[in-house]
Amino acid sequence: MSKYALRRLIQMIPVVLGVTFLIYALVYALPGDPTAGKCGERPCSPAYVAEFRKTYNLNDPLPLQYVKYLGNVVQGDLGESQYGQPIRDELAERFGTTFKLGVVALVFEVVVGLLAGVLAALRRGGFLDNLVLVSTLFVIAIPVFVTGRALQLYLGVRAGLFPATVSFEPTWFELLLPGFVLGSTSLAYLARLMRTNLGDNLSADYVRTAHAKGLSTRRVVGVHALRNSMIPVVTFIGYDFGALLGGAIITEGIFNVPGVGQYVFRAINDRDGQVVVGTVTALVLVYLVANLVVDLLYAYLDPRISHD
Amino acid sequence: MTESTNSRPDSGADLRHPGELEAVAGGSAVAVAGADGDRVRSVTGDAWRELRRKPLFWVSAVIIVVFVVMAVAPGLFTSVDPREAVLSEASKTPDGQNIFGRDRQGYDIYSRCIYGARASILVGLLAVIGTVIIGTLLGLVAGYRGGLIDSVLGRVAEVFFALPLLLGAVIILYTIQGEDDGYFTIVLQVSLVLVVLGWPNIFRLLRSSVLQVKPNDYVQAARALGASPTRISFSHILPNAIGPVIVVSTINLGVYISSEAALSFLGIGLRPPTVSWGVMISQATDSMRSAPHTLLFPALFLSLAVLGFIMLGDAVRDALDPKSKSR
Repeated sequence: MSKYALRRLIQMIPVVLGVTFLIYALVYALPGDPTAGKCGERPCSPAYVAEFRKTYNLNDPLPLQYVKYLGNVVQGDLGESQYGQPIRDELAERFGTTFKLGVVALVFEVVVGLLAGVLAALRRGGFLDNLVLVSTLFVIAIPVFVTGRALQLYLGVRAGLFPATVSFEPTWFELLLPGFVLGSTSLAYLARLMRTNLGDNLSADYVRTAHAKGLSTRRVVGVHALRNSMIPVVTFIGYDFGALLGGAIITEGIFNVPGVGQYVFRAINDRDGQVVVGTVTALVLVYLVANLVVDLLYAYLDPRISHD
Repeated sequence: MTESTNSRPDSGADLRHPGELEAVAGGSAVAVAGADGDRVRSVTGDAWRELRRKPLFWVSAVIIVVFVVMAVAPGLFTSVDPREAVLSEASKTPDGQNIFGRDRQGYDIYSRCIYGARASILVGLLAVIGTVIIGTLLGLVAGYRGGLIDSVLGRVAEVFFALPLLLGAVIILYTIQGEDDGYFTIVLQVSLVLVVLGWPNIFRLLRSSVLQVKPNDYVQAARALGASPTRISFSHILPNAIGPVIVVSTINLGVYISSEAALSFLGIGLRPPTVSWGVMISQATDSMRSAPHTLLFPALFLSLAVLGFIMLGDAVRDALDPKSKSR
């Protein structure tokens, strides 16, 4: 297990380097003026451009630029917003809210998604199965920002069941609706994935053996089949974490949740490039770490993995 | 998209090359063919037969055909100019004359929904074609050659794969976008970004599917007969390994259309004066409290298009995957 963990950690390094380089190269090395749009509707003054190029080491060769940039990122320096505020401070302030929102979304996703998937798999071909299949299809097809706006209008504004926007220090209750919207697409995918996997596993030989041994259905499904079906599900949750972070930009923008996503949402509208790039880089790093955690969890669920 | 990636990485193994099926597994094929004559059926023919019986396939096919025709020839559906604003009738609710009503700018929503199909379908198609070409070629090379090329390509794909679609798209689009890019430039930019971030998906899928097809007898036989690697790859391995890619790409088309709309919503995809569903939804969200119908119709069109491609992918998967037939 620890050997596996160590190997995963080492494998992480080239990926992190590669991703940060990719982002860096895309943002700074692509043809195009990095200062375009930074001074509002008019072109930037030569003095500003010179200062900008100096601050971001744009006069150095690309590899050196990248190393300097990486050094800054490692030290937690993600640059400054156009108002001169360090992005790191802003992120530190907002991270807690996004984390809370993510927890709400994940809880919805896992509890409702798994439950729907398990129920559908157990009654394959039945009414519940078809209901889950059809409803998840619709949830996947309708874009999150439409669901978000519609629920905000009908449940929040018209019916008044939930707050339509959240306060500066959001409570769990206020985050219920945004969290549900954020988790809805993943929830649907998860339910379908669970249904397929559990369905396949239920007809596997080892399940028949377990039945033949005289184990109760509860134990056969709950311990044997379910645990084996969890492996792809956990992989999916890890992979999907990236979609959740991306979705947070949209959801937090709609519900005015004062989190990291809203920061990006506003920065896009304000054309504040440093904030967009710096924050998204931070989000990608969070995503990579989350995936590492999932991989380690994976080894716990499937002992075969840590043995190879 | 992910469901199929994870749950059925092995469905390629179940496909056999049509010609080989007759020679290798002749017995079972004849037994199947016995139902309707003596001709031995190929897997593709089998899948097509399976598909034709499914209502899901026909529903999705009709939806897709309608949207494609809409994208190619919007004039068939409406004679109203999507850019003709009648401000005096702004936010008019649906009635006999404007069946979907007018939006806040006074544009006819029905006409805009029709004309909006083109941008979305174009982005989806270009992105899928790009990811399939790049992912398939690299996946074929990596799976067939193995060794150093495989590891290098695998690492590179891993790096691109580690960049989540929406986050990556936000960074790249934000950077490469100019203030006054034209319609086609933006469509190309968005598609390109989706290709750059989406190809590892297809690459991984095809690579693992190639690895499963490679040890088969007919591949060895082709090699023994002296076929060149290119010929083996393209006429023996690829046709038998491409199944999962077709399924996932169909579903991805829907996913990409949805992503384009999300990017337009964020203000970094297509933007006015381009007529697209994403742009319409984005504009409608500002006025939806007073005029919800401005959001409803473009959202309906977008969701239907996405739904069509996802359902088609599901139907094709069921048809190609023998496992589900036993059910």
